[in-house]
Amino acid sequence: MSNWIPLWLHKLGSPPTFYRFAGALQPWAMTLALLLGAVALYGGLVLAPADYQQGDAYRIIFIHVPSAWMSMFIYAVMGVAGFIALVWRIKLAEVVAMESAPIGAAFTFITLVTGSLWGKPMWGTWWTWDARLTSELVLLFLFLGVIGLYHAFEDRRQGARAAAFLAIIGIINVPIVHFSVNWWNTLHQGSTVNVFGQSKMSWDMLWPLLTMTLATKFYYAASLFRRVRTDLLALEGGKDWVRRIAEDEVDR
Amino acid sequence: MPMNPTRKRRLTIVLSILAAAIVATVLVVLALQNNMNYLLTPSQVQSGEAASYKTFRLGGMVKAGSIQRSSDSLKVTFTVVDAGGAMPVEYTGILPDLFRDNQSVIATGHMDNARFIATEVLAKHDETYMPKELKDAMAKAHANKKIEESPTAQDKMP
Repeated sequence: MSNWIPLWLHKLGSPPTFYRFAGALQPWAMTLALLLGAVALYGGLVLAPADYQQGDAYRIIFIHVPSAWMSMFIYAVMGVAGFIALVWRIKLAEVVAMESAPIGAAFTFITLVTGSLWGKPMWGTWWTWDARLTSELVLLFLFLGVIGLYHAFEDRRQGARAAAFLAIIGIINVPIVHFSVNWWNTLHQGSTVNVFGQSKMSWDMLWPLLTMTLATKFYYAASLFRRVRTDLLALEGGKDWVRRIAEDEVDR
Repeated sequence: MPMNPTRKRRLTIVLSILAAAIVATVLVVLALQNNMNYLLTPSQVQSGEAASYKTFRLGGMVKAGSIQRSSDSLKVTFTVVDAGGAMPVEYTGILPDLFRDNQSVIATGHMDNARFIATEVLAKHDETYMPKELKDAMAKAHANKKIEESPTAQDKMP
């Protein structure tokens, strides 16, 4: 009983097993992402009532907040995978960390752009240097730094280890982004949705938001699986299992 | 996963560098804390904390009924209050949609005698989202409750 979980994980960490595993799950994850995303958009843009204070302008929250959560979630995944890659030198962990970075950077960028579009009509400004906005911008620079550092090395695995190090150090910024609205006086308001305790949003607005959060998680999984599979084929190009896959493709 | 000496060494190195980075960040943030005030409240300004700033941000609530618009220009005057202070503000320009009585605002500008001359006024909104009907219903329930509660509150008085 106590043995099969580490054994299974160990096996999943081997490139050919993960290649098959990710290939089987990827279409399901993408289907769920598209379905849930469509439901969430309909719920958020059509079914949800207008806000008492912000009217219809608040509806950008259904993109802004799930993207913001994903920017932090993906950074955390990248940091943990980078840590495993540095200490245990597991190839799959390197690939997961490095392939998470562009997806995370995209979500961070979406967060900043939608936040800016929301800020102009409601706050009265596109941008201000308050703690929440600034730390989220730093998060984007960290993602870009990891991508840049990874590609700056001739040897991919050496690049991955250097970039994983930056990813680990940068993880300090994730709690700063999250708690910035509590630690400092900011223009950005505090947290609406609370895991522990009452959320400050009525249910007919909250369910589309949570559905979109699930959709973005599945999108990340689908996108990551696809990117990791491509990377594994390139990294293990000379190995038998890749050759067999290539031969199967030719036969088809 | 077995921990051989090499892995143990790597683990120690990575963890100690991470710990050092966290300590450094915390120290920097704590050291900068005093200079990281995004805004000052009216009571902080009145106690002299704004003396060292040429321009700063003033944050607080717009006092109900204090907004006065000029009839021939975009000039508007209002009072920003917090728990322990009030500050008259003068601003010329277009205000954000959410600017109204009892709204949290952040104004950037400078002091001119006892008056704050703003160059930019931003409206802050809270983290609560609900439909208008619910807000009205809650306000009504709250008002009813106050009426019911007031005699009992008086009974408790000695």
